[in-house]
Amino acid sequence: MEPWQDPNAEPYIQIESISKKYGSVEAVRNVSLSIYKGELFSLLGGSGCGKSSLLRVLAGFETPTSGRVLVDGVDITDKPPYERPVNMMFQSYALFPHMTVYKNIAFGLKQESLPKSVIYERVMESLELIQMTQFANRKPQQLSGGQRQRVALARSIVKRPKLLLLDEPLAALDKRLREQTQFELVNIQERVGITFILVTHDQEEAMTMSSRMAIMEDGRIRQVGAPHDVYEFPNSRFVAEFIGSMNIFDGVVVEEAQDHVIVDSPEAGCSILTTHVGAIPIGANVSVAIRPEKVMMSKTPPAEGRNCTKGIVREIAYLGDISIYYVELSSGKHIQSSLPNLLRLSERNVKWDDEVYLFWRAENGVLLTV
Amino acid sequence: MLKLLFKKFQHIKKQKALESKLQAPSLLLFFPYIWSILFFLIPTILVIKISLAKSFISLPPFTPLIQGISDYFWGVYLYFGNYITLFTDSFYFSALLSSFVLAGSSTIICLFIGYSMAYAVCRASKRVQIILILLIVLPFVTSFLIRVYAWMSLLNSQGALNVLLTKIGLISAPIHFLDNNYVVCLVMVYCYLPFMIMPIYAALDKIENSLIEASLDLGASQWQSFWHITVPLSIPGVMAGCTLVFVPSLGEFVIPELIGGARTMTIGQTIWGEFFQNRDWPLACSIAVLMMCSFVFCALLSKMKGVLLKNK
Repeated sequence: MEPWQDPNAEPYIQIESISKKYGSVEAVRNVSLSIYKGELFSLLGGSGCGKSSLLRVLAGFETPTSGRVLVDGVDITDKPPYERPVNMMFQSYALFPHMTVYKNIAFGLKQESLPKSVIYERVMESLELIQMTQFANRKPQQLSGGQRQRVALARSIVKRPKLLLLDEPLAALDKRLREQTQFELVNIQERVGITFILVTHDQEEAMTMSSRMAIMEDGRIRQVGAPHDVYEFPNSRFVAEFIGSMNIFDGVVVEEAQDHVIVDSPEAGCSILTTHVGAIPIGANVSVAIRPEKVMMSKTPPAEGRNCTKGIVREIAYLGDISIYYVELSSGKHIQSSLPNLLRLSERNVKWDDEVYLFWRAENGVLLTV
Repeated sequence: MLKLLFKKFQHIKKQKALESKLQAPSLLLFFPYIWSILFFLIPTILVIKISLAKSFISLPPFTPLIQGISDYFWGVYLYFGNYITLFTDSFYFSALLSSFVLAGSSTIICLFIGYSMAYAVCRASKRVQIILILLIVLPFVTSFLIRVYAWMSLLNSQGALNVLLTKIGLISAPIHFLDNNYVVCLVMVYCYLPFMIMPIYAALDKIENSLIEASLDLGASQWQSFWHITVPLSIPGVMAGCTLVFVPSLGEFVIPELIGGARTMTIGQTIWGEFFQNRDWPLACSIAVLMMCSFVFCALLSKMKGVLLKNK
């Protein structure tokens, strides 16, 4: 059982109704989160959603307007950054340009006035962790972007903080390196066992790396959960559209039972059966969301009549591994259906301007009320 | 300075060789050469040349470098007597020393005041920064001489300060503020302070705030962060500022002459005196050459120190 599913588990980091105002602008609005030991937690959102402000509050660079932060049971809200058991890895890495790699990493340990031999041992240990022992005497400007990123990581974990904050740690790397580094970062996190809070605008990054993630919008948290939970069961239209791509049909509930609802959607051109637990009154306006990869497509009508509509293929986007079909329904709505490219494009029977049937399984539709 | 200039040219040359395809407008590259030859190299050579002549009542008041020995022979006459005078007469040495002490102390005082002011400007919001910089630079729109005279009228026995102190009743008779090295130093600091503030401000402004935040985050207090991060990263600005203050105040003539009176004798005043009062151009030139040499020596020394530190 994951710690967040265990009612007896004690959260390691407690963020209690934090708000942060800059003048009249409210950057963070009443955010509460419980994060458990050893988690890699992501704050995901677009620019200006308040994720960086929240991170700066945790680091101690900003004082929250209200609320408090507890790390391992200790209230750190009023502590200055240099007295917190929290370290941060900066987006720009913020390596000291006048110090060598060794001195950069040793800087934090020197502030604790540890004996030189201990500092040496721990710096070398962390240099080994990032596999950069031979670069100890280089200056930051003599390193590549990826190497700087690793030095910044080593510098922030060498003090063994209780919490490590990462501000867009991979944003400055190119795509290929970023994908490699994602796994490296997760491996290092597992080895050192430090709780990570990561801020990112890149949903792929958040999905691959985190144990859980929080989707933020306009200073608020919209949804918290494991990546697959957020992807499969978005709790709102905003989250559904923010993560991945989504087909959304508006409609009205016409039948409601204990385990399912039927939604009549003129937009979809059919009635939609969706498994759903919970009470929704008949006649309520709702939307049903279905992921493109869960929409199946054929030229002949499927056996089951429900959750099936038809349309004309308007566009085929070939992405190499998958193709996305843009199908126009009779209502004028465009639906995406993505299929793995098992066959080459020329060998497929569905072509441009073909009439196709689109259908999906009842459990793959998500009912959204907000 | 000469060495620096030379290095710059070499750098340009190298670049030119590398980018021969790009062919930057060659006249533009040639311009610095022409300028330096016309206004730096030729005058320097002339000064050195005059310093090696003998004072002589004529027009110009020195012996020519090349003189006819007989009808068919010409000879180059080099006279080192001026330099011997400089090294034997302690008057010149003490003038040089007092100039160095005056310039050095002005530079150090400027550094402390200038650094704190530059730091304060840097910490202000962007809009306030512009206003503060304007306030620092604004007095320099007025003439340098007028500012020195303003100090004189402030400090002389009938000046504003004495009048004020008498009115308050702190003193019964006016104090003689002028005519000493301390007040010369004060006015020099006043006049050269912006030259210290601006380069330090530029260096401090370049330091990214995230570096200070990183230092705080790693457990260094505000003061430690300032000492370990801000200060080392502002060294280039400090060096530039110190040079900009030290060099002109070493040769300063107007301030010691007007403020210092007869009590101070700086190298600038000595050169002026030799030129215009004694009409001994060669001696004046040799002082100038000696000053230049001592300065180049200092620059080389600091450069050597840098090289040694790097090797270490």
